[in-house]
Amino acid sequence: MGRNNQGYKVPNVTFRQNVFLTAAAMLAAALAAPALAAGESDSKVADFTLPNGLELVVIPDHRAPVVTHMIWYKVGAADETPGKSGLAHFLEHLMFKGTAKHPAGQFSQVVSHVGGRENAFTSYDYTGFFQRVPSEKLKVVMEFEADRMTGLQLTDHVVLPERDVILEEQNQRVRNNPRARLSEQIDAALFLNSPYGKPVIGWRHEMEQLSRDDAIGFYRRFYGPNGAVVVIAGDVEPQAALKLAQETYGKLKRRSTILPRHRPQEPPPVAVRSLTLADARVEQPIMQRSYLVPSANTAKQGQWEALEVLAHILGSGNNSRLYRGLVVDKHVAVSAGAWYDSSALDMARFGLYGAPRQDVTLPQLEAAVDAVIAQVISKGVTPEELERSKTRLIADAVYAHDSQASMARWYGEALTTGSTVNDIEHWPDRIRAVTAEQVQDAARQWLDKRRSVTGYLIKDTSPQAEKRS
Amino acid sequence: MTRLVACLALALLALFAVAPAASAMTIEKIVSPSGIPAWLVREHAVPLVALSYAFHGGSSQDDADKTGAANLAADMLDEGAGDLDSKTYHERLENRAIDLRFRVGRDYFRGSLRTLNEHRDEAFELLGLALTKPRFEADAVERVRGQELAGLRRETTNPNNLASRSWWRTAFPGHPYGRESKGTLETVPRITAGDLRDYVRRTFARNELTISIVGDIDAETAGKLIDRAFAGLPKSNDLKPVAAASPSNLGRRIVIDINVPQAVVNFGGQGIARHDPDFMAAYIVNHILGGGSFSSRLYREVREKRGLAYGVSDSLVWFRRAAVVIGGTATRADRTADALKVIEHEIKRMAESGPTADELNEAKAYIKGSYALSLDTSSKIAAQLTQIQIDDLGIDYIQRRNGLIDGVGIADAKLVAKRLYSGGLLVTVAGRPKGLTSGAVHE
Repeated sequence: MGRNNQGYKVPNVTFRQNVFLTAAAMLAAALAAPALAAGESDSKVADFTLPNGLELVVIPDHRAPVVTHMIWYKVGAADETPGKSGLAHFLEHLMFKGTAKHPAGQFSQVVSHVGGRENAFTSYDYTGFFQRVPSEKLKVVMEFEADRMTGLQLTDHVVLPERDVILEEQNQRVRNNPRARLSEQIDAALFLNSPYGKPVIGWRHEMEQLSRDDAIGFYRRFYGPNGAVVVIAGDVEPQAALKLAQETYGKLKRRSTILPRHRPQEPPPVAVRSLTLADARVEQPIMQRSYLVPSANTAKQGQWEALEVLAHILGSGNNSRLYRGLVVDKHVAVSAGAWYDSSALDMARFGLYGAPRQDVTLPQLEAAVDAVIAQVISKGVTPEELERSKTRLIADAVYAHDSQASMARWYGEALTTGSTVNDIEHWPDRIRAVTAEQVQDAARQWLDKRRSVTGYLIKDTSPQAEKRS
Repeated sequence: MTRLVACLALALLALFAVAPAASAMTIEKIVSPSGIPAWLVREHAVPLVALSYAFHGGSSQDDADKTGAANLAADMLDEGAGDLDSKTYHERLENRAIDLRFRVGRDYFRGSLRTLNEHRDEAFELLGLALTKPRFEADAVERVRGQELAGLRRETTNPNNLASRSWWRTAFPGHPYGRESKGTLETVPRITAGDLRDYVRRTFARNELTISIVGDIDAETAGKLIDRAFAGLPKSNDLKPVAAASPSNLGRRIVIDINVPQAVVNFGGQGIARHDPDFMAAYIVNHILGGGSFSSRLYREVREKRGLAYGVSDSLVWFRRAAVVIGGTATRADRTADALKVIEHEIKRMAESGPTADELNEAKAYIKGSYALSLDTSSKIAAQLTQIQIDDLGIDYIQRRNGLIDGVGIADAKLVAKRLYSGGLLVTVAGRPKGLTSGAVHE
């Protein structure tokens, strides 16, 4: 979604092909998009569940004869067996390797022949695949997608080169990028017990050992109609889409190994944590902090909405508290901001970041950040700030309606992280209802340093640095 | 991969000209009351207006010792204008959730605006203020300059930036196209507020201005809004000429030493002008070689079969006074030489034998179909209409496009493949690739 909270956060989503990897696309995919109020569009969103447990959401949009078809599996990196990190994402790549009925490449070829787009993505709580095609091709892509839900065939001949591909992806995303390395360390320190502490892409030493049997085992356990949400946005009527779904996905059998997800939960955080990562390539130090906070799924009424508004007031745009305080007024930072990612099945993260000016140390910058937060906790936010942030967040929901892909992504992400269609439709009302007092309470309750990890990224100047990095 | 992705994005933007379900879209040519022309597409489904516009005159207008000036000016435009200081200006935008974006390329300054219908008057007024009365106040200039310099410092150890900068600098030595639009750590500190004013004065004018609007709006209202933003500009720009150029140092390889686990590779050579009669054939052939789909030869050979890289692709990039074909990949140091060998082999094979008839047919089908599918938001459609206007392809281009594609036969494709890929490659590598050194490349 178009919220301006570009920071140093590494989105916990990885894609199959890097042509989509603009920062904007990564953010759009990584951050839950807010929803649209019922009545703000004349298109009614329909929600069905087939007898085999598959959920179908249809978002009509008749501007062009085009559909975006997405399937979201309710499984992600947080569902991996310990020791097998990276497996959910590896399987996502392997889903393109063909079935008994359709050899590798055939599905992609059908999509590309009509000029269609496709890709796939993995996060902690979901794995998704999508195609954007002319609407008359909807049934064909649904047939292919239903086929690979149960028919995947893998041999070492295709699995082993693909494992090299994900290792190169890890090189590209993490090892070549000091900021991504810092984010990985902060997450690992923040989550003491939850699987959210390991990277979606995986730890390299475990990725190197992933096998064909690991992938097939994971696939047979988690991929099935009762673990999937299909979202179709575009030029199709809900009843017609339902009929197509019955003729394709409807024929598949429920998978008994798919169970409600209960992952290890976080104990109450009690210690202020901090870490420093030194890397020889760092030319601009930064500080980054993540707090453990509720997600839309785990929050009590009103809590996550207040966190959304708080993140916006603190850290979005030139008039946010952090930018104005640290960059414009105190001249201690060249950039600063905050973000909150509410879409998670379990606990979520609230992040802050800043890059110091050359004559400012990281501890000085951190003290200035703490002062800004203390100010919000003690004095609260102004009515103007509150109004401005709510206006922006709600307008984003209208802007989202301009993009089929954004709409489909937003519903898919919400529905695989514990929210409902009804929750999404009331999103603007819930943002509107947030009060200044709630925002101040949220800051007081959740922006407690004992809930956080603060990371410094500095230049490694030791003589060994050249060899290490 | 930042620079590479930026290149790709540029190419995609430029190539998939508009056709939001060509059937469903009508482009109107309108003229504002003060005489400014624009293209308009009415779209009633979503209550917003998306504007895209471009001025001729991008970073190639920068003086060699002050590169980054146009870019800094673009970054400064929302930092206060007219009576509004930076804070107030941002408040006005934020109170109405108006999105303004400014971006500088080598040839053009491009801007976009997105607003809810109910706030469109204010949105266009704020844009007009930014374009005609930017304040460029000293403290704001220093603040934004500081951000630019922080970014440039980071780039000095980023292999993507190192490989890309080296490629452009070597391909276009001494030419504005060889310079990075963002400037350098040496040039950005030299830029003064006077330089920013000078850039704006020489570039923001009505004579080489291109405008496209998509939204829930009629022609008369659109004309009035255009005047609100653009009527106050001077009649004519005052640009420095840019010399025609071809990429040089083809056949060379440059290795930039930086200690990273994965080496970043850029490769490229002479491209093809947008108005060349063989452009469409070249576009199709390049799609087959390394276009951004799962089916290109490079993707298949480098990634699918050998697992050498996560991504590999190349694209046509064209400017007003030069054209290149440029691609990239990133691969572990001990196999960089292998990956490069595969890429060079595929390029040579394409030059010698061209595509097969099947590949040509598949690519043509994809390129026809994807046109309508790639433009899925009002902002993308508006940007694409601006590109069609800049490239001077005509308002009927969308209707003609399928015919142009169908007109490319296998003989044309083979000829253009030879022309495009026989001229040699300039290769830059940032990292510590095993067995690769700088120098002339020998077969």
